[in-house]
Amino acid sequence: MRVQKCKGTCDLATAQMRRFRLIEDCFRDSCVKWGYQEVRTPTIEYLHLFTSTGTLTPGTLGKVYSFLDWDGWSGERVVLRPEGTIPAVRLYIDELADKSLARLFYVINTFIFEETGKENREKWQCGVELIGADSISADVELITLSLEVLKKLGMENVELKLSHAGLIRALLTGFGLSPEEQGKVFDRILDGDVAVLTRLKEETPELARLLTPVLDMKGETPGFLRNLKTMFSSSLPEFIPALDNFIGLVDMLTAMGIKYQIDIASGRGFEYYTGMIFQIYSGDAKLGGGGRYDALIPLMGGQDTPASGFALQMNTLMNEIELPQFSEKQANKILINMKQDRADQVKSAHRIAENLRAAGFIVSTQVDNENRDEFKWILDVNDKTQEVIVFDQAGERKQTVQTIGELLKLLGGKSGS
Amino acid sequence: MAVRIALPKGKLLNDTAAFLEKAGWQLNDYSQSMRNYRLKSARFPDLLIKVLQEKDIPIQVAIGNYDLGICGLEWIKELTSKYAAAAPVRIRNLGYGKGALYAAASSAAEIPSLESLAQSPEIVRIVSEYPNIAESFALNLRLRRFGVYPVWGAAEAYPPENATLALVAGGVDEKTFNNGLKPVKKVLNFSAYLIANRTSWQQKDLSEVMATLENVQLEEKETPPAQPPAAIHFIPQVTDKYTVRLALPDGHQQKHTVQLLNKAGIQVGDYPSPAGNRRPTTNLEGVVIKVIRPQDMPLQVANDSFDLAITGIDWVTDHLDAFPSSPVQPLVNLKLGWVKIVAVVGNDVPANNIYDYQQFCNKNAASIRVASEYVNIADKYARDNRLGMYRVLPTWGATEAFIPEDADLLIENTETGSTIARHNLKIIDTLFESTAHLIGAKSKDYSGVKKARIDNIVKLLSKAAAGT
Repeated sequence: MRVQKCKGTCDLATAQMRRFRLIEDCFRDSCVKWGYQEVRTPTIEYLHLFTSTGTLTPGTLGKVYSFLDWDGWSGERVVLRPEGTIPAVRLYIDELADKSLARLFYVINTFIFEETGKENREKWQCGVELIGADSISADVELITLSLEVLKKLGMENVELKLSHAGLIRALLTGFGLSPEEQGKVFDRILDGDVAVLTRLKEETPELARLLTPVLDMKGETPGFLRNLKTMFSSSLPEFIPALDNFIGLVDMLTAMGIKYQIDIASGRGFEYYTGMIFQIYSGDAKLGGGGRYDALIPLMGGQDTPASGFALQMNTLMNEIELPQFSEKQANKILINMKQDRADQVKSAHRIAENLRAAGFIVSTQVDNENRDEFKWILDVNDKTQEVIVFDQAGERKQTVQTIGELLKLLGGKSGS
Repeated sequence: MAVRIALPKGKLLNDTAAFLEKAGWQLNDYSQSMRNYRLKSARFPDLLIKVLQEKDIPIQVAIGNYDLGICGLEWIKELTSKYAAAAPVRIRNLGYGKGALYAAASSAAEIPSLESLAQSPEIVRIVSEYPNIAESFALNLRLRRFGVYPVWGAAEAYPPENATLALVAGGVDEKTFNNGLKPVKKVLNFSAYLIANRTSWQQKDLSEVMATLENVQLEEKETPPAQPPAAIHFIPQVTDKYTVRLALPDGHQQKHTVQLLNKAGIQVGDYPSPAGNRRPTTNLEGVVIKVIRPQDMPLQVANDSFDLAITGIDWVTDHLDAFPSSPVQPLVNLKLGWVKIVAVVGNDVPANNIYDYQQFCNKNAASIRVASEYVNIADKYARDNRLGMYRVLPTWGATEAFIPEDADLLIENTETGSTIARHNLKIIDTLFESTAHLIGAKSKDYSGVKKARIDNIVKLLSKAAAGT
């Protein structure tokens, strides 16, 4: 009986794992060089970690994988973590709260139910949290770090979209909705129904006049936001602090020569964000995004600490990046022949393999069912004379060498390195 | 392929029988006293009709065992609020069986506002026969921290002492509930629905059967009389650290339990209670009693809602199979309500023991459907006996009707085995024997007075049981 993998899950076979590791390596390399430190949170967390902040919508929480643990007789559920930021913040509060500034990064899987089973229910992400800084330069650091990682992965023509959670919240206040209605509309926007704002606009024509330039237009310079500020300074003064913050950010990005598009209505999925939100696209594929979440740490019982972060979506990135060719040494795989029941031959083969691996070659010592086509060189070892006979892929005898030095010279010379 | 329909037992049975009679189905024996759960319709001789527990019907229709079903909207919502993708097609509101689900709190304490509950940093306990709706309610209310106690029944007994809210069913405009509960919020209006499996609806011609139900309407009934006032005015239990909290069973176990308690010299007033009072009085000093379902007792003892309870070892085992490190332990074998827990298959299955059955399953490489009220015992049994690709279908009774259409293996309790034999089934394994026990929690550091009171109850019941 052949057992299938679970619906909505995906295997990462060898080619996909090469892509996975490439993304992870580029991400780690950048993070470490920028002074970030790696953390990892558990796969299982209490459900109330995510409900207690009140920041995730019932729509999201209704799709988490929750269950009663083996000691869950109290009826409190545990979950497979649905996202990375809230657990990372919990870790910060538990372990690192004495640090006034924490630069953290992680590579984790997250779990959210997806009804059709055609999309992945388990997703991998590269996440970064910058905790303790509330300046615009901290926001810029995150945006530039995320763009650097993507550039290393060969993704240079990406599109950066900017929005601001403070502006969206001010908008909802502007519609004059009751707190309960505001909450419901907010939940719907968070669940991705941005069109709800457009429908509200139709119901309140005076606001529509003011909000059309906010929701329907997109800008590519700080001037766009300055124009909005002029328009709203008297009619919706609650807009202004968020707008000023947003203008400061785009001014700095402009000065650094980073291209962006201001698209306020793009701000979906910003459940705990309070300030700037950014998303990075390649065509229609969303590669990642992040934002500022200054209220989250106090909501979770920590000190009043500002924070922001981003995550890159590895499953999407794996489909977008080009894999580099193997280096020549990696391509020149070597197989060492030996009689597997002869201890002295096995010993010699392993000694030679160790030396070749130390020199950067990929070396296998022979076991059953080897596919010889995978290897560029095949070595026969004579354990008595310590001679090594070198064959090429076609089985043609090339040379006999006496020492490891000669062998390295021969293979290195042939590989051109 | 013949059309298959599942009809409800229980509270919807009479109305559904009247409805189908009006539709001209001429069913042979659809009544509260029926002996066979497979029915025949003179109007549709080819129709496969089975009577199931109402709450099983949405699940059975959703997984495709039946094309059509009739059940209350509350049980459809109980399925879809957790498993939206499983939603059956709601074809028609049949208009009868009207009621509503309410989040209710005890009127003995100050009724909390929903806003204050949402902001509470303390765990909000919600007890309900509808745990999925309760969870969805808690999430939508954005409760910061909550726990849902799924119960088999008697949810109204829990607030205020053991839960903050109970999610309970009542009339469409219920103002008060038994045992002093008052509604805080109406969660859902419900009535009986005709539902269809999604695939059957798309691919099978059900029109002939459905056409007969199209314009049938039962006459509106008058609202049933209000709850007896005697049961509404209850006194909440006052406890201190010396009080022993004892849970006694409701349902058919009450009669034997009363006899044993009398023999032990323990008097319990208003038990069984004709008015539905769940807080009977007792002559034992420093002891308070609640009447709840025996199935729910191990979980409640584990959660420190009770110090002692009387329930079957079958339910203790089911609890411990789900929560192996639970503190629940049996204290006294009361030697009442003896049953054996057995594995049951159809008579035509070529296996007479579990080893044969395992070989049979492996040979056929089939997915085994294990149906049981004891979900955790059934899961562990299938796992321990390596039944391969199996799935456990939770049921709420009448499980013997499930084979062969809806299940392959049952984990059932039986006294004589006669019901099993009558349904053309056979026992292939006895898992264990079960009798009622007094249960308590391990590693409890009780104070001197409380310990003496518990020891006294243990002694009295041990002595009474020894003589049975």
